[in-house]
This record gives sequence, C-alpha cells and structure tokens, in this order.
Amino acid sequence: MKKLINDPNQVVTEMLEGIVSAYPESMKRVEGTTCIVRKDAPVKDKVALVSGGGSGHEPAHAGFVGQGMLDAAVAGEVFTSPTPDQVLEGIKAVDGGEGVLLVIKNYTGDVMNFEMAAELAEAEGINVEKVVVNDDVAVEDSSFTTGRRGVAGTVFVHKLAGAKAEAGGSLLEVKEVAEKVIANVRSMGVALSPCIMPTSGEPGFELAEDEVEMGVGIHGEPGIEKKKLVTANEIAKELTEKVLPELELDRSVEVAVMVNGMGATPEMELYVVNRKIQAILSEKGVQVHETFIGEYMTSLEMAGCSLTVLKLDDELKELLDSRSKAPAFRK
Amino acid sequence: MELDVRQTVDWMVKANEKVQEQKDYLSQLDRAIGDGDHGINMARGFQEIANTLPNEEFEEVSDVLKKTATIVMSKVGGASGPLYGTAFLKMSMESKGSNVDGETFEKMVGAAVEGLKQRGKAKEGEKTMIDVWSPVLDVLKEVSEINGEKIREAAHTAMEATKDMVATKGRAAYLKERSKDHLDPGSVSSYYLFEALAETLEKG
Repeated sequence: MKKLINDPNQVVTEMLEGIVSAYPESMKRVEGTTCIVRKDAPVKDKVALVSGGGSGHEPAHAGFVGQGMLDAAVAGEVFTSPTPDQVLEGIKAVDGGEGVLLVIKNYTGDVMNFEMAAELAEAEGINVEKVVVNDDVAVEDSSFTTGRRGVAGTVFVHKLAGAKAEAGGSLLEVKEVAEKVIANVRSMGVALSPCIMPTSGEPGFELAEDEVEMGVGIHGEPGIEKKKLVTANEIAKELTEKVLPELELDRSVEVAVMVNGMGATPEMELYVVNRKIQAILSEKGVQVHETFIGEYMTSLEMAGCSLTVLKLDDELKELLDSRSKAPAFRK
Repeated sequence: MELDVRQTVDWMVKANEKVQEQKDYLSQLDRAIGDGDHGINMARGFQEIANTLPNEEFEEVSDVLKKTATIVMSKVGGASGPLYGTAFLKMSMESKGSNVDGETFEKMVGAAVEGLKQRGKAKEGEKTMIDVWSPVLDVLKEVSEINGEKIREAAHTAMEATKDMVATKGRAAYLKERSKDHLDPGSVSSYYLFEALAETLEKG
C-alpha cells in the first residue's frame, strides 16, 4: 500500500483537521466529534440539513458544508457509516429551532445509524425529518432487496434542499424539495480498477486488467456485470441508455448532468465520456441546463466514473442556480 | 445455572479475544460479499468493550449488557453497530432487575431476535446474523437452562447453513445468486459470540 497517510487509524481525524484548516471561512469542527458544521451554525430560524456517511468519498460529505448547502456533515470510518451518537452531535450542533432534515444514502448501515440518531434527537425534543436517496439504477428496486443505492445524485439533493432551506423554507417544504429531487435523479457508475482500503491495505474487490464492473457502487460493490473493457464511447452509451429511460425525458425537458470521477480517473477521460453523453442527449433533443464534471462522490482511488442526470422543472432549476458557498460546490 | 455479572464480563472479554484473532478472516468473508470492513469494525468495538468492562463496577447483568450496547453503538458503525447494539440493549432491558437463569436468558435472546428483525427489517432465511440468533433461541426454548454446549452446537450449524443461502438483505443482497457459497460475516461473528459464551460457562 502506497498512500500519503501517517497512521491508518488516524486517517479520518487527520483528514477532518485538514479540511477545516483548508476552509476556515466556511466551516468548523464540533470538538470531540467527527462532525463538520457551517461556520455560523446553528443558524437561527433556518431549517438545518445534516448528511454524512463513511469517509473515502471526498469531497463528500464535508466539502458540501457551507451557506446554501449542508449545515453539518458527519464522517464515519472509511466506507463505514457514522455512529448514531456522532450523527446526534451533528444534529444538535446545527438545530436552529426550525428542525433538521437528514439526507441519507440508501445503504443499510447509513439508514440504521441515521434512523437511530433521529430517534435520539426526537427524544431530546428536536424536530427531525429524513429522506433516503436511491438514485442508482444499477441495482433493482424490489421488496427482495434493500432497494437502490444512494450515490452521486445525493449531491444534487444537498444542493437543492440546501437552497430551499437557505431561502427560508419550512422543514416540510425542504423535505418536499429533497423528495422531488430524489424522484427525478438517476445515476449509474462504472469501475475500471478497485481501491485500496487504508486500514487493511487490501483492494476492496477484484477486477482483471482488461475488465470493468458496470453498475458499480461507491464502495466498489458490484452492480450489473463484469465485462471486457470497451471504449469510452461505448461506456458512455451504456450508462446513458440505463439512466435516461428512468426519467421519461422529452424535448420539453431540461436536465442537469453530472459526470463524476470515482477518485483515480483524470478529468481528461471524464471529458471524453461527457462528449458522447452530450451527443446522445442532443440527439434525443434533451436540453442540458448545466453540466458538472469532476469529483463529487468518490471511492478512494477507484478508477471509473458515474453519470447522474437530474430532470429539472422551474423550481428545481432556480434552486440549482442559487448561491452556494460550499467549497466543493460553489455557485 | 445462572449467568452472573462476572461471567457476563468474562463472556464479552472472551468474545473480544475471538474477534481480534479472527479480524482478518471476518474482513475476508465480508470482502467476498460485502464491503470488507466487518472484521475491522467489530475489532474496534470489542476492543473498547474489553478495555472498559473489567474496570467498572456493575450491579447486575443488565448493566453489563447496557454498557456493552452503548460501546457497540458508538464504536462499531456500519450496519453491525446498530444491529449488535440493538441486540445487547434488548437483552439488557429484558433482564433488568432479574437474575439470569435459563428462562430469563431465553426471554433475553428472544427480545434480541425481535430487535434485530425490527432494526434490520429482515427475517430468517435472508442470510443475515438473524440466521444464527434465531436457531440459538430455538435451542433455548427446548432446554430450560443456559446450556453452553447446545448453544455452541446450534450456532455453529446455523452459521454453516448461511453458506447455501442467497442474500436478500444487507449489502450482499446486491450480489443475489453470487452471494451463494460464502458464509455470512455477521453470522460468523455471532457464532464467535455464542462460542465465547459456551467457553465462559464451561470455565464456571
């Protein structure tokens, strides 16, 4: 294992210290916790947004803390959801009296820990609502599975619900926006190589030199199939073909597109993939309001990318365009 | 036979020894069908339990289990933290104010199984730790005492049986048929817990 770390057991703590010292103007650490909150938290009379999850997805989640987006991000160990007591600390640190919305990615551990935190917060008299993001079209949604995973589409939920909260929306209004985004956002990823877990030094999964994993999750969990490496155009085509039919797009519709790098893929390759995605959208007459290219929801140094498409209406467009001071999503 | 405070502490300390010894094995099992951190997470939590429990005073078994639940919830994370935390908390609540004889222990494990089902939204046969806890409960219902040997046997057989199951809950559910031929990591760590109980009871 060749990594820029001091002690595998201190990676998360030292990372959090590093983030806060990079952006002291927008965020601060809640002492003795793994929570990073807005500099001015708690903001009185504003609904607060709390998200989080395992570490290793940087800039998610702390990078999205700031005015116009998240009030708190709670970090867990690498690829491990934060514990209920830590999430509770985050909730308490940002509650400004108008309630707190928890944004949870649909992973068993995240859902359970955040649910327990919500129960604990309610016992302390804090008004808490929660939404579960499940944008990944790679794994089917049925009563036999845990349902679809929450991946990069979560970033749009943070942005648009955060904008609604900043504009003075009530807890239920902010939750409604989050649910509207969830209903209209779909993603799918592909992995070209696995990532190495800092604690074990081992690759998270096996992938041959000439293979890709289609529909990969943000921890390297499998999705649809392992297949031989194909061209960027073919990957772009396959991702687009899986994501678009879910959104019922027609010529009257505008979308936001995110081509997200998984950690080890250069922007050059993301642009090559984006070229084909945009060509397909244009062929179908879908209007692209804005495109986001870069790393938003990564998986340590896994190579690969994901495509996220958000179907917009006037309300969502306005919320997407509004101001954000979060370091990883400035608008 | 009754389970007393000292034995409960010994039980948890022994469970930690097993988890530390098998840390890499648990992570390997998890890498095959999950995300590979089960060993690391369990080792972090149980090490803290073993460091804490022997240095504290407890009035009754319920208190030991409550402390255990708190540490598990705040140190383990992932799905295992809430699940094991819930199991220990339910056992603690069920035993509050009573001596732990066979009948009470059966009720405690029963409450833990209910708690696991509720928290994990899972049931028997879905290749989760419930597939070890539930057969252990069945054995406790058959015998009126806390019989270490029978508990270990039931847990072991149940753990082995998870190999042939197709996962429909948890991270492994994404693999569906590909999850077959692998032991469920949560079932294996649950087996270690019951094996540690059996060894503690043998020691007396």
